[in-house]
Amino acid sequence: MENMNKKDYQKYAEKNVPKPTYMKNIVLAFLVGGAICVVGQIINNWMSNSGFSEKAVSSGTSIILVFIGALLTGLGIYDKIGKIGGAGAAIPITGFSNAMVSPAMEFKTEGFIFGVASKMFIIAGPVLVYGVGSSIVVGILHLLLTKGR
Amino acid sequence: MAVKKLGSQTVKFQNPPSIRSTYTIVGPKEGEGPLKQYFDLILEEDKWGQESYEKSEAKIQEEAIKGAISNGKLTNKDIDYILSGDLLNQIISSTYTARQFSIPYYGLYGACSTMTESLSLGAMLIDGGFAEHIVCATSSHFSSAERQFRFPLEYGSQRNFAAQWTVTGAGATILSSQGSGPYITYATTGKIVDMGIKDPSNMGGAMAPAAVDTLLTHFKDTGYSPSDYDYIFSGDLGKVGKAIVIDLMLNEGYDLSNKYTDCGVEIFDNDNQDTHAGGSGCGCAAAVFNGYIYKEIKKGNFGRILLMATGALHSTIINQQGESIPGIAHAVTIDLNKG
Repeated sequence: MENMNKKDYQKYAEKNVPKPTYMKNIVLAFLVGGAICVVGQIINNWMSNSGFSEKAVSSGTSIILVFIGALLTGLGIYDKIGKIGGAGAAIPITGFSNAMVSPAMEFKTEGFIFGVASKMFIIAGPVLVYGVGSSIVVGILHLLLTKGR
Repeated sequence: MAVKKLGSQTVKFQNPPSIRSTYTIVGPKEGEGPLKQYFDLILEEDKWGQESYEKSEAKIQEEAIKGAISNGKLTNKDIDYILSGDLLNQIISSTYTARQFSIPYYGLYGACSTMTESLSLGAMLIDGGFAEHIVCATSSHFSSAERQFRFPLEYGSQRNFAAQWTVTGAGATILSSQGSGPYITYATTGKIVDMGIKDPSNMGGAMAPAAVDTLLTHFKDTGYSPSDYDYIFSGDLGKVGKAIVIDLMLNEGYDLSNKYTDCGVEIFDNDNQDTHAGGSGCGCAAAVFNGYIYKEIKKGNFGRILLMATGALHSTIINQQGESIPGIAHAVTIDLNKG
């Protein structure tokens, strides 16, 4: 072992790791992500046809999708969808719902304050921080570039 | 004068401790694996009626120890020490298990190398004349390990192909100063080997150099070669780590390909059980040794084996700070005869 340097070993060990099945992952992510979006579109169309305002339709669709994501997480189904769909299941709002509900369920054993409430954000927290943070940066840039017009 | 010390890292026992009895408990998934017939108890449900996975793991370890004591026809009063460890922070599974017994307790942390760490130290205590009977035990639980090291169970993520599946299970061994064997004849204590692997999903790659280092040292210290062993088992290197060990040992002039395997490769049917690179966790080497290997030695199918559990001694905190994963491997020779 002494005659192998660390850099060489790291490269060698890397080569021994089976490569991810990129094409399969991409196709499955497209199909699963696409299917979730189709469900969203069906809800959207149904609400529009039922006479809701444009604003109510967009928030209503998100609310229903978040509910579906949470329900499927609670029923132990969403983790299986995530395993198949990868980013296709993580990026839509149902994935965000899964990221909030799964730690909330998991850490219930540590109580409602230190468990559920504080651990709820362990996965979604960074998304919230940098999502909200970058929207503020973009907002300021917009304000400066357009001088508020 | 260290009269029992051999070479740089090995001890040769003058009065080799006898393995009096063992007991294993595994979870439902392990109970569907290829070694199912060797486990003493297979749980139908991995929470085992407890409120949390941590409490379940402690119960699994406790029942494994009770099982081993009773298989050895001993009572708690006969046991001089419990040497045990697990993966959870502050080794709570072992401590809360030891709370149930009124027996002196040493808590060990060697991550997944704990089974052979406890066997080595237990054997030294007995050979040194400090104890008559010792319990060596470890446990791990898939669900308690996932929440400490990775993601919540219901979170929809994809696992890396090098990733391993933490074994839910525990194994306990009773070592005694007198008995008809099998015996622990040598123990080679590993040193930390860190080749700079930082990816916690590639534990096999991180621990394999430590395994190779311990194997080479063991052969050098004892004068044994692979042909002196019927089989050599590493703890939980998985498919990736096993391939690296075979490859690196071949570079050093040792052909292990037909007499070496890894407990993590054997415990699951990786293709059908979706466990990627194989099993891991303290419970992996513990269940495979105290179940499969011990029972096969007792039947006479193995005369002398080398058991080398492997550990990745990092934490999520130090890993997030950019540090690499230190590996370790401790080996014990288990022989049907006193050697």
